Amino acid sequence: MVPSAEFRSYYGRPVLKAPVWGQAVPAYLFTGGLAAGSALLAAGADLTGRAGLRRAARLTAVGAVGASGFFLISDLGRPERFHHMLRVAKPTSPMSMGTWILTAFGASAGVAAAGELGPWLPGRGPFGLARRSLPGVGRAAGLAAAGFAPALATYTAVLLADTASPSWHEAYPELPFVFAGGALASAAGAALVAAPVGEAGPARRFAVTGAALELAAAHRVETGHGLLSEPYRTGRAGRLLRAAWALTAAGVAGALLGRRNRALSAASGGLLMVASALTRFGIFEGGVASAKDPKYTVLPQRERLDARSEAGLPNHQGNPVTPARQQLADDRVAGHLAGHQQAS
Amino acid sequence: MAVSHSLYGQIEPAADAGYQDPQPRMGFFTDTSVCIGCKACEVACKEWNGVPDDGLNLLGMSFDNTGQLDANTWRHVAFIEQSRPQLLGLPGSAPPVPASQEGGADVRWLMSSDVCKHCTHAACLDVCPTGALFRTEFGTVVVQEDICNGCGYCIPACPYGVIDQRPGDGRAWKCTLCYDRIGDGLMPACATACPTESIQYGPLDELRERAARRVERLHETGTVEARLYGHDPADGVGGDGAFFLLLDEPEVYGLPPDPVVTTRDLPAMWRRAGVAALTMAAAVAAAFVGRAS
Repeated sequence: MVPSAEFRSYYGRPVLKAPVWGQAVPAYLFTGGLAAGSALLAAGADLTGRAGLRRAARLTAVGAVGASGFFLISDLGRPERFHHMLRVAKPTSPMSMGTWILTAFGASAGVAAAGELGPWLPGRGPFGLARRSLPGVGRAAGLAAAGFAPALATYTAVLLADTASPSWHEAYPELPFVFAGGALASAAGAALVAAPVGEAGPARRFAVTGAALELAAAHRVETGHGLLSEPYRTGRAGRLLRAAWALTAAGVAGALLGRRNRALSAASGGLLMVASALTRFGIFEGGVASAKDPKYTVLPQRERLDARSEAGLPNHQGNPVTPARQQLADDRVAGHLAGHQQAS
Repeated sequence: MAVSHSLYGQIEPAADAGYQDPQPRMGFFTDTSVCIGCKACEVACKEWNGVPDDGLNLLGMSFDNTGQLDANTWRHVAFIEQSRPQLLGLPGSAPPVPASQEGGADVRWLMSSDVCKHCTHAACLDVCPTGALFRTEFGTVVVQEDICNGCGYCIPACPYGVIDQRPGDGRAWKCTLCYDRIGDGLMPACATACPTESIQYGPLDELRERAARRVERLHETGTVEARLYGHDPADGVGGDGAFFLLLDEPEVYGLPPDPVVTTRDLPAMWRRAGVAALTMAAAVAAAFVGRAS
C-alpha cells in the first residue's frame, strides 16, 4: 500500500544525509561487474579450449579491475589513505569485505592476464622457462579469479543496501540479482566486441541469461516496493533505467541475430555494456534521490509506527497519553480556565 | 580485541564491543521543554572541539540559521513556529494572549538542541571499513581522525543523517560526546554551557529514570503532548545514548519517527547476495556445458 503523501517535516529538509559518493562509485559498480563477468567467461573459455575468447576476457577483466581500483581510490576523501582499508577485515562492513574480495580478485586476474604474455617471450633461457610455465600459472590464477568473481559481482548490492537510503535498503532482496545479471551481460558485451565471432557462443548465452536476470530483478526493484520504488521510476534514475531497458533488449537481439556478423556482434556488445552501465547509474541515482526527499524517510516509518500503535504494541515513545491521563490534563485546563474567568 | 558483535537487540554496547571492564554508559538527555534556543551549546561545542565555521547563512527557518547537523555542526538548535489553538501548559507559562486572538490561534515555539544519538547499534560504526569509528569505554561512538580515509560509507548509513564529510578536508566528522573531557570527569561542553539544563549529561540509566519522571510530571501538569524519543532499548537502534523529550512528533524536529539500524538486515542481505552469486555461477556453467559453438 502506498501511504498518503501527507507528512510533516522540518522545513522540508531531508532527514538523512545523501551519499557523498561521486559518479566514480556507480562507474565502479559497472567496471567491477564487468571484471567479474569477464573472469568467469575467461575461465570457461580456458577450460573449453577457446583461446581467443579467453585472451579477450582476461584482458577485459584486468583492465576493468584496474579501472575499478582507480575509481574507488579517486572517490575517497583522503585518497592517499586508501591503504587504511587494509587495517581491518570487518564482516559488518560490506566495504571492508569488498576491499578484500577486490584485492584477491585483482591479484588473480592480474596473474591470469600475465599468462597471455607467453607467446611474446623468447623461447630460451629464463624467459623460455617462464614461457612454458605461463599457461599453467595463468589457468590456476584465472580459476582463482573466477572463484572470487561471483562475490565481486554481488557484494556491491549489499554495499548499497546496507545504508539508511530508503530505496537502496528496501531493494536488498533483488539488488544482488540485478548486479549479477548485469555483470554477465556486460562481460558478454565486451567479449562480443573483442573476441573472435566463432568462439563467442558462450558470450551470447551470457548475454541472454544475464540480461534476463538483470531486467527481471530490476523490474522488481522498480515496481515491487510501493512508495520506495518510486525514485527508480522518476527523475534522472527513471530516465537512466528506461534507457537501460531499451538498450539491453536491443543488445540481446543483436547478439542473437549477429552470430556470423562481426560488425553486428560488436555493435550489440557495445549496447550491452552501455546498458549495464546505465542500469548501475540508475540504481545509484534512485537511492540518492530517496535519501534527499524526507517523504521516503518519514512516510514508511510513520506508517510502521502508527500500525504498531493501532495494534496496541509499544511505539517507543514512552509514557503514552492514556485516557485517564488525558482526562486529568483536561480537568486541569478546565480548572485553570475557570480560575482565569473568576479573576477577570 | 575479540569481536563478537551483535547487530540487533538490547545490549550493553561497550561490553558487546569487547571491553572487559567498561565504564558506566554515558549519554545526553535533552529536555526540549526547557530549551530557550540560546544556542550556547552550538557555540560551546565549536569552541571546545575546534570545529570550523561553516559560513554566515540566513536560511529563513525561524531563528535557525544553522540548518542541520553536519561535519561542522555537532549541536544544532532547531526552531519550529507553530500556529495552533493555544496550549495551556504549566500555569503562568503562557504569554499573555492579545484580545484580538482570544480563543483563536496562538503561536507555539518549539526549540530543540539536536546531537549525534550515539546509538546502541550504530550503523556508522558497523559499516566503517577502516576501523576509524570505534566504540568507547563509555559506550559512545567516536571517529579517529588519523584513521578515517573519507570513504564516506558512514554518511548514508546513519539513520539520523548526523555524520557528514567535511568540505576541503574529506574526512567524516561528528559529535564525540567530548571524549577528551568525559575521560577526565568533565561534562561535555554543550551540557556545561546549557543555562537551563535542557542538555543533561550523565550515566544513561540515571538519565532514563529522570526523563521518565519528567515526562510523567509534564503530563500531570497538562502538557500531554510531551513524549520521549530514543530512550527505549527496544527500539530499532537498541536505544540512543543521546535521547530527547519532545513536544511534538519527531519528524517535526527533523528526526526520523521510527529509525531502524540498517545492519539489522545485514545477515539477510549477505544471504541474498550468496544466492545471487550461486545463480551467477550456475548460469556460467550452463553457458559452457555441452555446446561446441
